[in-house]
Amino acid sequence: MDWRDQGALLSVRKHGETSAIIEVFTAEHGRHAGVVRGGVSRKIAPILQPGAQLDVAWRARLEEHIGSFTVEPVKSRAAVLSDRTALAGLNAICALLVFALPEREPHPVLYERTQAMLDLLSTNDAWPLAYLKWELALLEELGFGLDLSECAVTGTREDLAYVSPKSGRAVSAEGAGEWADRLLPLPAELLGIGTGDPAGVLQGLATTGHFLVTRLAHSLHDKPLPEARARLIDRLKKEAP
Amino acid sequence: MDAPREIEELIELMAKLPGLGPRSARRAVLYLIRKRGLVLAPLADAMQVVAERARECLTCGNVGTSEICEICASEKRANGEICVVEEVADLWAMERAGVFAGRYHVLGGTLSALDSIGPDELGIPRLVNRVEAEGVTEVILALNATVDGQTTAHYIAEELETRCKVTSLAQGVPIGGELDYLDDGTITAALKARKSL
Repeated sequence: MDWRDQGALLSVRKHGETSAIIEVFTAEHGRHAGVVRGGVSRKIAPILQPGAQLDVAWRARLEEHIGSFTVEPVKSRAAVLSDRTALAGLNAICALLVFALPEREPHPVLYERTQAMLDLLSTNDAWPLAYLKWELALLEELGFGLDLSECAVTGTREDLAYVSPKSGRAVSAEGAGEWADRLLPLPAELLGIGTGDPAGVLQGLATTGHFLVTRLAHSLHDKPLPEARARLIDRLKKEAP
Repeated sequence: MDAPREIEELIELMAKLPGLGPRSARRAVLYLIRKRGLVLAPLADAMQVVAERARECLTCGNVGTSEICEICASEKRANGEICVVEEVADLWAMERAGVFAGRYHVLGGTLSALDSIGPDELGIPRLVNRVEAEGVTEVILALNATVDGQTTAHYIAEELETRCKVTSLAQGVPIGGELDYLDDGTITAALKARKSL
Protein backbone atom coordinates (compact mmCIF):
# COMPACT_ATOMS: atom_id res chain seq x y z
CA MET A 1 0.00 0.00 0.00
CA ASP A 2 1.32 3.43 -0.84
CA TRP A 3 0.17 6.89 -1.80
CA ARG A 4 1.52 10.41 -2.15
CA ASP A 5 -0.25 13.63 -1.18
CA GLN A 6 0.30 17.05 0.31
CA GLY A 7 -0.88 18.04 3.75
CA ALA A 8 -0.54 20.22 6.82
CA LEU A 9 1.34 18.74 9.75
CA LEU A 10 -0.89 18.58 12.83
CA SER A 11 1.20 16.86 15.49
CA VAL A 12 4.56 15.25 16.14
CA ARG A 13 5.50 12.74 18.81
CA LYS A 14 8.89 11.21 19.41
CA HIS A 15 8.91 7.48 18.69
CA GLY A 16 11.87 5.53 20.05
CA GLU A 17 15.24 7.22 19.89
CA THR A 18 15.34 8.36 16.31
CA SER A 19 11.85 8.31 14.81
CA ALA A 20 8.70 10.39 15.12
CA ILE A 21 5.00 9.65 14.68
CA ILE A 22 3.34 12.47 12.81
CA GLU A 23 -0.25 13.28 11.90
CA VAL A 24 -0.93 15.16 8.69
CA PHE A 25 -4.19 16.54 7.32
CA THR A 26 -4.26 15.75 3.60
CA ALA A 27 -6.88 16.45 0.95
CA GLU A 28 -7.46 12.88 -0.19
CA HIS A 29 -6.61 10.87 2.91
CA GLY A 30 -7.85 13.13 5.71
CA ARG A 31 -6.06 13.01 9.05
CA HIS A 32 -3.46 10.32 8.65
CA ALA A 33 -0.71 9.13 11.01
CA GLY A 34 2.58 7.50 10.15
CA VAL A 35 6.14 7.01 11.33
CA VAL A 36 8.94 9.20 10.01
CA ARG A 37 12.24 7.34 10.31
CA GLY A 38 14.94 9.70 11.54
CA GLY A 39 12.20 12.20 12.39
CA VAL A 40 14.08 13.63 15.36
CA SER A 41 17.34 14.09 13.45
CA ARG A 42 18.83 17.55 12.98
CA LYS A 43 17.98 17.38 9.31
CA ILE A 44 14.30 16.41 9.55
CA ALA A 45 13.14 17.75 12.95
CA PRO A 46 13.08 21.43 11.80
CA ILE A 47 10.75 20.43 8.94
CA LEU A 48 8.33 18.66 11.28
CA GLN A 49 6.74 21.70 12.91
CA PRO A 50 2.95 21.83 13.33
CA GLY A 51 1.31 23.85 10.57
CA ALA A 52 4.06 23.11 8.04
CA GLN A 53 2.91 22.12 4.57
CA LEU A 54 4.53 18.83 3.57
CA ASP A 55 4.70 16.59 0.55
CA VAL A 56 4.24 13.13 2.09
CA ALA A 57 4.61 9.63 0.68
CA TRP A 58 3.01 6.93 2.85
CA ARG A 59 3.86 3.26 2.60
CA ALA A 60 2.75 0.20 4.60
CA ARG A 61 2.52 -3.52 3.99
CA LEU A 62 -1.16 -3.60 4.97
CA GLU A 63 -3.66 -0.74 4.90
CA GLU A 64 -4.46 -1.06 8.61
CA HIS A 65 -0.78 -0.66 9.57
CA ILE A 66 0.40 2.72 10.79
CA GLY A 67 2.95 2.76 7.96
CA SER A 68 5.80 5.14 7.38
CA PHE A 69 6.06 8.55 5.77
CA THR A 70 8.82 10.12 3.79
CA VAL A 71 8.43 13.87 3.95
CA GLU A 72 9.58 16.87 2.00
CA PRO A 73 8.88 20.47 3.00
CA VAL A 74 6.61 22.55 0.79
CA LYS A 75 5.98 25.57 3.03
CA SER A 76 7.13 26.13 6.62
CA ARG A 77 4.63 28.69 8.03
CA ALA A 78 7.30 29.48 10.64
CA ALA A 79 6.61 33.19 10.25
CA VAL A 80 3.86 32.90 12.89
CA LEU A 81 6.38 31.89 15.59
CA SER A 82 7.10 35.50 16.48
CA ASP A 83 3.43 36.53 16.60
CA ARG A 84 1.90 35.54 19.93
CA THR A 85 -1.73 35.56 18.83
CA ALA A 86 -1.16 34.03 15.40
CA LEU A 87 0.83 31.22 17.01
CA ALA A 88 -2.06 30.63 19.41
CA GLY A 89 -4.32 30.48 16.33
CA LEU A 90 -2.10 27.92 14.64
CA ASN A 91 -2.04 25.79 17.81
CA ALA A 92 -5.83 25.98 18.12
CA ILE A 93 -6.36 24.90 14.49
CA CYS A 94 -3.98 21.95 14.72
CA ALA A 95 -5.32 20.85 18.12
CA LEU A 96 -8.97 21.08 17.03
CA LEU A 97 -8.29 19.05 13.87
CA VAL A 98 -6.51 16.34 15.88
CA PHE A 99 -9.37 16.43 18.38
CA ALA A 100 -12.25 16.38 15.91
CA LEU A 101 -11.33 14.63 12.69
CA PRO A 102 -11.76 10.90 12.37
CA GLU A 103 -8.65 9.16 11.06
CA ARG A 104 -8.28 8.47 7.35
CA GLU A 105 -11.55 10.12 6.34
CA PRO A 106 -11.13 12.69 3.57
CA HIS A 107 -12.61 16.15 4.09
CA PRO A 108 -11.50 18.03 0.96
CA VAL A 109 -13.63 21.12 1.59
CA LEU A 110 -12.36 21.53 5.14
CA TYR A 111 -8.84 20.82 3.89
CA GLU A 112 -9.02 23.73 1.44
CA ARG A 113 -10.40 26.06 4.11
CA THR A 114 -7.70 24.96 6.55
CA GLN A 115 -4.99 25.68 3.98
CA ALA A 116 -6.35 29.16 3.39
CA MET A 117 -6.73 29.73 7.13
CA LEU A 118 -3.15 28.69 7.93
CA ASP A 119 -1.82 30.96 5.18
CA LEU A 120 -3.84 33.90 6.49
CA LEU A 121 -2.29 33.67 9.97
CA SER A 122 0.96 35.25 8.85
CA THR A 123 -0.36 37.50 6.10
CA ASN A 124 -3.56 39.18 7.24
CA ASP A 125 -4.38 40.82 10.58
CA ALA A 126 -8.08 40.11 10.09
CA TRP A 127 -7.53 36.36 10.46
CA PRO A 128 -9.59 36.02 13.71
CA LEU A 129 -12.74 36.59 11.62
CA ALA A 130 -11.59 33.89 9.18
CA TYR A 131 -10.89 31.62 12.16
CA LEU A 132 -14.46 32.08 13.40
CA LYS A 133 -15.76 31.05 9.98
CA TRP A 134 -13.33 28.13 9.95
CA GLU A 135 -14.83 26.85 13.24
CA LEU A 136 -18.30 27.10 11.66
CA ALA A 137 -16.98 25.13 8.67
CA LEU A 138 -15.50 22.51 11.01
CA LEU A 139 -18.88 22.03 12.72
CA GLU A 140 -20.62 21.89 9.34
CA GLU A 141 -18.16 19.37 7.91
CA LEU A 142 -18.59 17.03 10.86
CA GLY A 143 -22.37 17.11 10.71
CA PHE A 144 -23.05 19.66 13.44
CA GLY A 145 -23.61 22.73 11.27
CA LEU A 146 -25.67 25.70 12.45
CA ASP A 147 -28.65 26.93 10.46
CA LEU A 148 -28.35 30.70 10.48
CA SER A 149 -30.41 31.36 7.35
CA GLU A 150 -33.73 32.28 8.99
CA CYS A 151 -35.47 32.66 12.33
CA ALA A 152 -36.57 29.32 13.76
CA VAL A 153 -39.63 30.99 15.36
CA THR A 154 -40.94 33.51 12.83
CA GLY A 155 -39.20 32.41 9.62
CA THR A 156 -37.92 35.92 8.96
CA ARG A 157 -34.46 36.52 7.50
CA GLU A 158 -34.20 39.99 9.02
CA ASP A 159 -33.00 41.08 12.44
CA LEU A 160 -31.42 37.72 13.34
CA ALA A 161 -29.85 38.25 16.77
CA TYR A 162 -29.58 34.93 18.60
CA VAL A 163 -28.83 31.23 18.17
CA SER A 164 -30.81 28.56 19.94
CA PRO A 165 -28.39 26.56 22.13
CA LYS A 166 -30.47 23.43 21.54
CA SER A 167 -31.31 23.46 17.85
CA GLY A 168 -28.41 25.57 16.53
CA ARG A 169 -30.87 27.65 14.52
CA ALA A 170 -30.99 31.44 14.28
CA VAL A 171 -33.63 33.37 16.20
CA SER A 172 -34.68 36.97 15.47
CA ALA A 173 -34.92 39.60 18.22
CA GLU A 174 -38.70 39.56 17.84
CA GLY A 175 -38.90 35.75 17.89
CA ALA A 176 -36.71 35.53 21.00
CA GLY A 177 -39.14 37.49 23.18
CA GLU A 178 -38.67 36.76 26.85
CA TRP A 179 -36.30 33.85 26.05
CA ALA A 180 -33.57 36.18 24.82
CA ASP A 181 -31.40 35.78 27.93
CA ARG A 182 -31.32 32.01 27.44
CA LEU A 183 -30.14 32.22 23.83
CA LEU A 184 -26.60 32.50 22.45
CA PRO A 185 -25.44 35.70 20.75
CA LEU A 186 -25.47 35.87 16.96
CA PRO A 187 -23.07 38.67 16.01
CA ALA A 188 -22.91 39.95 12.43
CA GLU A 189 -19.47 38.27 12.17
CA LEU A 190 -21.13 34.87 12.50
CA LEU A 191 -23.55 35.72 9.72
CA GLY A 192 -20.68 36.67 7.42
CA ILE A 193 -21.72 40.32 7.23
CA GLY A 194 -19.62 41.77 10.05
CA THR A 195 -16.43 43.78 9.70
CA GLY A 196 -14.38 41.60 12.02
CA ASP A 197 -14.96 43.68 15.14
CA PRO A 198 -13.04 41.87 17.94
CA ALA A 199 -16.05 41.91 20.28
CA GLY A 200 -18.22 40.35 17.56
CA VAL A 201 -15.60 37.68 16.83
CA LEU A 202 -15.37 36.81 20.52
CA GLN A 203 -19.16 36.58 20.80
CA GLY A 204 -19.15 34.33 17.75
CA LEU A 205 -16.46 32.13 19.28
CA ALA A 206 -18.54 31.81 22.46
CA THR A 207 -21.39 30.52 20.31
CA THR A 208 -19.29 28.10 18.22
CA GLY A 209 -17.59 27.02 21.46
CA HIS A 210 -20.96 26.05 22.89
CA PHE A 211 -21.64 23.75 19.93
CA LEU A 212 -18.10 22.39 19.88
CA VAL A 213 -18.69 21.26 23.48
CA THR A 214 -22.33 20.18 23.39
CA ARG A 215 -22.32 18.54 19.96
CA LEU A 216 -18.83 17.70 18.74
CA ALA A 217 -17.14 16.91 22.08
CA HIS A 218 -20.31 15.20 23.29
CA SER A 219 -20.17 12.87 20.28
CA LEU A 220 -16.58 12.06 21.28
CA HIS A 221 -17.60 10.83 24.77
CA ASP A 222 -17.42 14.35 26.25
CA LYS A 223 -13.69 14.73 25.74
CA PRO A 224 -12.63 18.21 26.90
CA LEU A 225 -11.88 20.68 24.11
CA PRO A 226 -8.15 21.24 23.52
CA GLU A 227 -6.67 23.87 25.83
CA ALA A 228 -5.10 25.53 22.80
CA ARG A 229 -8.52 26.92 21.84
CA ALA A 230 -9.05 28.45 25.30
CA ARG A 231 -5.57 30.01 25.08
CA LEU A 232 -6.41 31.56 21.71
CA ILE A 233 -9.61 33.07 23.10
CA ASP A 234 -7.66 34.45 26.10
CA ARG A 235 -5.21 36.06 23.68
CA LEU A 236 -7.99 37.57 21.57
CA LYS A 237 -9.66 38.94 24.71
CA LYS A 238 -6.40 40.57 25.80
CA GLU A 239 -5.94 42.15 22.38
CA ALA A 240 -9.51 43.38 22.10
CA PRO A 241 -9.77 47.16 22.70
CA MET B 1 26.82 -19.61 24.39
CA ASP B 2 25.48 -16.76 26.51
CA ALA B 3 27.68 -14.76 28.84
CA PRO B 4 27.34 -15.41 32.60
CA ARG B 5 24.16 -14.04 34.15
CA GLU B 6 25.86 -11.03 35.80
CA ILE B 7 27.42 -9.94 32.52
CA GLU B 8 24.17 -10.49 30.62
CA GLU B 9 22.45 -8.28 33.18
CA LEU B 10 25.03 -5.56 32.60
CA ILE B 11 24.52 -5.87 28.82
CA GLU B 12 20.76 -5.54 29.25
CA LEU B 13 21.18 -2.42 31.37
CA MET B 14 23.67 -0.87 28.95
CA ALA B 15 21.32 -1.58 26.05
CA LYS B 16 18.78 0.76 27.66
CA LEU B 17 21.13 3.74 27.28
CA PRO B 18 20.34 6.21 24.50
CA GLY B 19 22.19 5.39 21.30
CA LEU B 20 22.95 1.81 22.35
CA GLY B 21 21.19 -1.37 21.27
CA PRO B 22 21.86 -4.97 22.36
CA ARG B 23 24.77 -5.41 19.93
CA SER B 24 26.54 -2.17 20.75
CA ALA B 25 25.89 -2.76 24.47
CA ARG B 26 27.58 -6.17 24.14
CA ARG B 27 30.60 -4.55 22.46
CA ALA B 28 30.79 -1.86 25.12
CA VAL B 29 30.62 -4.41 27.94
CA LEU B 30 33.33 -6.53 26.33
CA TYR B 31 35.51 -3.43 26.06
CA LEU B 32 34.88 -2.58 29.71
CA ILE B 33 35.75 -6.08 30.83
CA ARG B 34 38.98 -6.04 28.84
CA LYS B 35 39.91 -2.69 30.39
CA ARG B 36 38.43 -3.37 33.79
CA GLY B 37 41.31 -1.89 35.76
CA LEU B 38 41.63 1.16 33.60
CA VAL B 39 38.00 1.94 32.74
CA LEU B 40 35.46 -0.39 34.37
CA ALA B 41 36.40 0.05 38.01
CA PRO B 42 36.72 3.87 37.88
CA LEU B 43 33.50 4.01 35.86
CA ALA B 44 31.68 1.89 38.44
CA ASP B 45 33.02 4.11 41.26
CA ALA B 46 32.00 7.29 39.43
CA MET B 47 28.52 5.90 38.72
CA GLN B 48 28.04 4.92 42.33
CA VAL B 49 29.01 8.39 43.54
CA VAL B 50 26.64 10.03 41.04
CA ALA B 51 23.84 7.59 41.91
CA GLU B 52 24.20 8.51 45.57
CA ARG B 53 24.63 12.25 45.21
CA ALA B 54 22.93 13.44 42.03
CA ARG B 55 19.81 15.52 42.58
CA GLU B 56 17.89 18.35 41.03
CA CYS B 57 18.48 21.84 42.34
CA LEU B 58 15.43 22.90 44.35
CA THR B 59 15.66 26.42 42.96
CA CYS B 60 16.39 26.11 39.25
CA GLY B 61 16.03 22.42 38.32
CA ASN B 62 19.69 22.03 37.27
CA VAL B 63 21.34 18.70 38.02
CA GLY B 64 23.98 18.79 40.74
CA THR B 65 25.16 17.04 43.85
CA SER B 66 23.61 19.33 46.42
CA GLU B 67 20.11 20.64 47.09
CA ILE B 68 21.08 24.05 45.73
CA CYS B 69 23.34 23.90 42.67
CA GLU B 70 26.63 25.83 42.44
CA ILE B 71 25.14 28.41 40.11
CA CYS B 72 22.24 29.24 42.41
CA ALA B 73 24.52 29.22 45.46
CA SER B 74 27.01 31.65 43.90
CA GLU B 75 26.46 35.29 44.86
CA LYS B 76 28.41 36.31 41.74
CA ARG B 77 25.61 34.90 39.57
CA ALA B 78 22.95 37.00 41.31
CA ASN B 79 23.06 39.78 38.73
CA GLY B 80 19.29 40.09 38.33
CA GLU B 81 19.13 37.96 35.17
CA ILE B 82 17.50 34.55 34.79
CA CYS B 83 17.88 32.51 31.62
CA VAL B 84 14.98 30.09 31.04
CA VAL B 85 15.85 26.85 29.21
CA GLU B 86 13.88 23.71 28.33
CA GLU B 87 16.30 21.04 29.49
CA VAL B 88 19.45 20.67 31.61
CA ALA B 89 21.36 19.94 28.38
CA ASP B 90 20.43 23.45 27.18
CA LEU B 91 21.76 24.92 30.43
CA TRP B 92 25.02 23.06 29.93
CA ALA B 93 25.22 24.37 26.34
CA MET B 94 24.80 27.94 27.61
CA GLU B 95 27.47 27.38 30.25
CA ARG B 96 29.87 25.97 27.64
CA ALA B 97 29.51 29.19 25.68
CA GLY B 98 30.57 31.01 28.86
CA VAL B 99 28.83 34.28 27.96
CA PHE B 100 25.96 34.31 30.45
CA ALA B 101 26.75 35.35 34.00
CA GLY B 102 23.30 35.12 35.60
CA ARG B 103 21.21 32.26 36.94
CA TYR B 104 19.00 29.72 35.17
CA HIS B 105 15.56 28.16 35.33
CA VAL B 106 15.07 24.72 33.78
CA LEU B 107 11.47 24.04 32.68
CA GLY B 108 11.95 20.34 31.93
CA GLY B 109 9.89 20.52 28.70
CA THR B 110 7.43 22.71 26.85
CA LEU B 111 3.70 23.31 27.01
CA SER B 112 1.96 20.53 25.12
CA ALA B 113 -1.77 20.00 24.90
CA LEU B 114 -1.25 16.55 23.34
CA ASP B 115 0.86 15.36 26.28
CA SER B 116 -1.19 17.23 28.90
CA ILE B 117 1.77 19.34 29.96
CA GLY B 118 0.50 22.61 31.38
CA PRO B 119 2.13 25.58 33.16
CA ASP B 120 2.10 23.81 36.56
CA GLU B 121 3.95 20.75 35.25
CA LEU B 122 6.67 23.05 33.92
CA GLY B 123 7.11 24.95 37.17
CA ILE B 124 6.13 28.28 35.60
CA PRO B 125 4.45 29.51 38.83
CA ARG B 126 7.77 28.71 40.59
CA LEU B 127 9.57 30.88 38.04
CA VAL B 128 7.15 33.74 38.68
CA ASN B 129 7.82 33.42 42.43
CA ARG B 130 11.57 33.46 41.82
CA VAL B 131 11.34 36.63 39.77
CA GLU B 132 9.66 38.39 42.68
CA ALA B 133 11.71 36.83 45.49
CA GLU B 134 15.13 37.33 43.86
CA GLY B 135 14.49 40.83 42.53
CA VAL B 136 15.05 39.75 38.95
CA THR B 137 15.25 42.56 36.40
CA GLU B 138 15.47 40.53 33.18
CA VAL B 139 14.32 37.08 32.14
CA ILE B 140 15.96 35.73 28.98
CA LEU B 141 13.90 33.05 27.24
CA ALA B 142 16.35 30.63 25.60
CA LEU B 143 13.76 28.18 24.32
CA ASN B 144 13.92 26.20 21.11
CA ALA B 145 12.69 27.84 17.91
CA THR B 146 9.92 25.27 17.54
CA VAL B 147 6.15 25.74 17.68
CA ASP B 148 6.03 24.24 21.20
CA GLY B 149 9.11 26.17 22.35
CA GLN B 150 7.80 29.51 21.13
CA THR B 151 4.27 28.83 22.46
CA THR B 152 5.86 28.30 25.87
CA ALA B 153 8.01 31.42 25.46
CA HIS B 154 4.99 33.58 24.66
CA TYR B 155 3.08 32.14 27.62
CA ILE B 156 5.95 32.90 30.04
CA ALA B 157 6.41 36.37 28.55
CA GLU B 158 2.76 37.09 29.16
CA GLU B 159 3.04 35.99 32.79
CA LEU B 160 6.18 38.02 33.47
CA GLU B 161 6.05 41.13 31.31
CA THR B 162 4.43 43.25 34.03
CA ARG B 163 7.04 42.17 36.56
CA CYS B 164 10.36 42.52 34.69
CA LYS B 165 11.98 42.88 31.27
CA VAL B 166 11.49 39.75 29.17
CA THR B 167 13.77 39.04 26.21
CA SER B 168 14.41 36.03 24.00
CA LEU B 169 17.36 34.74 22.03
CA ALA B 170 17.64 36.07 18.48
CA GLN B 171 16.62 33.82 15.60
CA GLY B 172 18.24 33.86 12.19
CA VAL B 173 21.31 32.91 10.20
CA PRO B 174 23.66 30.65 12.22
CA ILE B 175 27.42 31.30 12.29
CA GLY B 176 28.83 29.65 9.16
CA GLY B 177 25.37 29.36 7.63
CA GLU B 178 24.74 29.99 3.94
CA LEU B 179 21.52 31.66 2.85
CA ASP B 180 21.07 29.21 0.00
CA TYR B 181 20.63 26.36 2.47
CA LEU B 182 18.29 28.12 4.92
CA ASP B 183 14.56 27.38 5.06
CA ASP B 184 12.14 30.22 4.36
CA GLY B 185 11.06 30.42 8.04
CA THR B 186 14.63 31.11 9.19
CA ILE B 187 15.15 33.69 6.45
CA THR B 188 11.89 35.41 7.46
CA ALA B 189 12.95 35.47 11.12
CA ALA B 190 16.42 36.75 10.19
CA LEU B 191 15.00 39.53 8.05
CA LYS B 192 12.60 40.60 10.81
CA ALA B 193 15.48 40.74 13.31
CA ARG B 194 17.90 42.61 11.01
CA LYS B 195 20.14 45.24 12.59
CA SER B 196 22.11 48.28 11.49
CA LEU B 197 25.80 47.80 10.79
